Amino acid sequence: MIRTEEMLLNVGPQHPSTHGVFRLVVKIDGEIITEATPVIGYLHRGTEKLAENLQYTQIIPYTDRMDYLSAMTNNYVICHAVETMMGIQVPERADFLRVMAMELGRIASHLVAWGTYILDLGATSPFIYAFRDREMIINMLNELSGARLTFNYMRVGGVKWDAPEGWVDGVREFVPYLREQLKGYHNLVSGNEIFLDRVKGVGVYSKEDAINYSLSGPNLRSTGVKWDLRKDEPYSIYDRFDFNVVTRDEGDCLARYHVRLEEIEESLKILEQACEQFPAEGEIMAKVPKIIKAPKGEAFVRIESPRGEIGCYISSDGKKEPYRLKFRRPSFYNLQILPKLLVGENIANLIAILGAVDIVLGEVDG
Amino acid sequence: MIEDLLQSSPGLMNFGIFFLLAVVLLLVVLGFVTYAILAERKVLGYMQARHGPNQLGGKWGLLQTVADVLKLLLKEDVIPKAADRPLFILAPIIAFTPAFMVLATIPFTDKFQFADIGVGLLYYIAVSGMTVFGMVLGGWASNNKYALLGGMRAGAQMISYEIPLVMSVLGVILLTGSLNLSDIVLQQEHGWFILYQPIAFIVFFIASIAELNRTPFDLPESENELVAGYFVEYSGFRWAFFMLTEYVYMFAMSSLITVIFLGGWLPPLDVLGFIPGAVWFALKFSLVVFVYMWLRATLPRFRIDRLMEFAWKVLFPVALANIFLTALIKTLFF
Repeated sequence: MIRTEEMLLNVGPQHPSTHGVFRLVVKIDGEIITEATPVIGYLHRGTEKLAENLQYTQIIPYTDRMDYLSAMTNNYVICHAVETMMGIQVPERADFLRVMAMELGRIASHLVAWGTYILDLGATSPFIYAFRDREMIINMLNELSGARLTFNYMRVGGVKWDAPEGWVDGVREFVPYLREQLKGYHNLVSGNEIFLDRVKGVGVYSKEDAINYSLSGPNLRSTGVKWDLRKDEPYSIYDRFDFNVVTRDEGDCLARYHVRLEEIEESLKILEQACEQFPAEGEIMAKVPKIIKAPKGEAFVRIESPRGEIGCYISSDGKKEPYRLKFRRPSFYNLQILPKLLVGENIANLIAILGAVDIVLGEVDG
Repeated sequence: MIEDLLQSSPGLMNFGIFFLLAVVLLLVVLGFVTYAILAERKVLGYMQARHGPNQLGGKWGLLQTVADVLKLLLKEDVIPKAADRPLFILAPIIAFTPAFMVLATIPFTDKFQFADIGVGLLYYIAVSGMTVFGMVLGGWASNNKYALLGGMRAGAQMISYEIPLVMSVLGVILLTGSLNLSDIVLQQEHGWFILYQPIAFIVFFIASIAELNRTPFDLPESENELVAGYFVEYSGFRWAFFMLTEYVYMFAMSSLITVIFLGGWLPPLDVLGFIPGAVWFALKFSLVVFVYMWLRATLPRFRIDRLMEFAWKVLFPVALANIFLTALIKTLFF
């Protein structure tokens, strides 16, 4: 008679595939997981508490460090919240710059998600191809904002810097380039038998589960829910662009993979149209007071980040600092379904499922 | 010359000669390993749109691996407190020794072979099977959970894949009627066995990747799941020994594939016979090594349960069918 014994295994906080400092305490029987408990907080910096003692403009750099793979959307959500409270109308040119920066950020983020996911599954080359193309985006955003990762680009009422000469042409040329590269990505990975074997039918959850667990972004759309705030609650100038909301019905890791890759294509469509409609000249900042004071009251705004719905709640008592600031951080919510998904899977699937959720620990821990 | 020595009565003289030759072979193998690692990094680099090592030792980073090895030699020798000390020290040695032993029977050219024994192929497979002990022991002795999982995976994988590996070469043995590796090469004068035994070649090649623990079958050390698998607690020169084992096996396995399926030292066409056999051997051998590296750059990793299914439900029946087919054709037409 063979006697088996459960073993407690700490995956992380120092593990190559936890995408940062995430710890997962799993009970395994052989390689089969019987219980999984995520432990988070290793990267907690107390952004929300710090913000209570900072002026609104000073909060923006802190948001860069939350979801550091798409800092532009974080910049936008805090500016958008304050603008909503103060009723500021953002100039058109600034809106275009914001949308283009955000969509470039979305592509960069999905490229990282794609590359690291395949890396988690054991293939090294796609990771480098993804980072090569992401590098071009990072350079473009660097030209725009002067930083490669923590942009601190947007301000309440507009953006800090105007686009340098020729920048829009650079973006215009980038669109067909990446389309060509995406074909290569599909050729290299999407049809690979080993890859399909690893992701097809793995980590499946239903539409109801996804909604009950408050998942958002590609994690939600992979179950067939057509929900994208850019379409359903258009903010900024997203109502001017023609693009599709990508959905899949299977709800497995492969569906999430495909949703992300196709969202890159949709973002390219938006960029293409934005380049066409880009106003030749105009203001990049609205008229805002020197010291920004949000009026007494509260506001909640939400936008679509690459990882899902990022929300910002501000409660103000009329001072130059917020009384309370709260971010709805999509990675944090997306992570919560993990213990449910992991039971009964093996260690290899653990990595595949965790990678497909695409978390950023800076955002999970806040 | 070696033939005469093998026949001569044992004495201090021929022991010394064999010892010297073994040292020479070891140096050749170590040289190969040094530059195979560099070549792998370069090949991966160029396939991944980057340069690979290019600083140390002139233009192509020629001394990069040498420096790496020196670093490993100088590193502090760490043995975890909770580890099983004797086994922990023994494991890399057990893993490495058979890797070097199997080289004895490989005929590099018609003259350069150490032991021309009748059951050369059997010897290779039997001895190489011992390495798995080293890996399982290393995983067990480390007293680390990841290492244990890696060691167990190594054990399960290598034992499973040894079976299709052996079964696939049986087709070749049926054709040659010999287990002697020189015989096998000499019988390929009019056509390599890759042409007569394509199914066997494919099965053998896939199983050989699994035996070598290389992508897409690098589960025992899968970095992204088990951090480093069975050698997660090893560092310094003990770790280097595990790496050395892997690359020596790559050397041995590529040589074996060259010998069994690609006609060893024989030229592909008779008119090209003026080029020495050693060159042909090196060319074919390099081609096989390159394919291994190429696969590593391209493919993701198998999942452990799929890996076992693949061995038992696909490779094993295919290899059996191949034996049957070969036997049938041989009895009916020859």
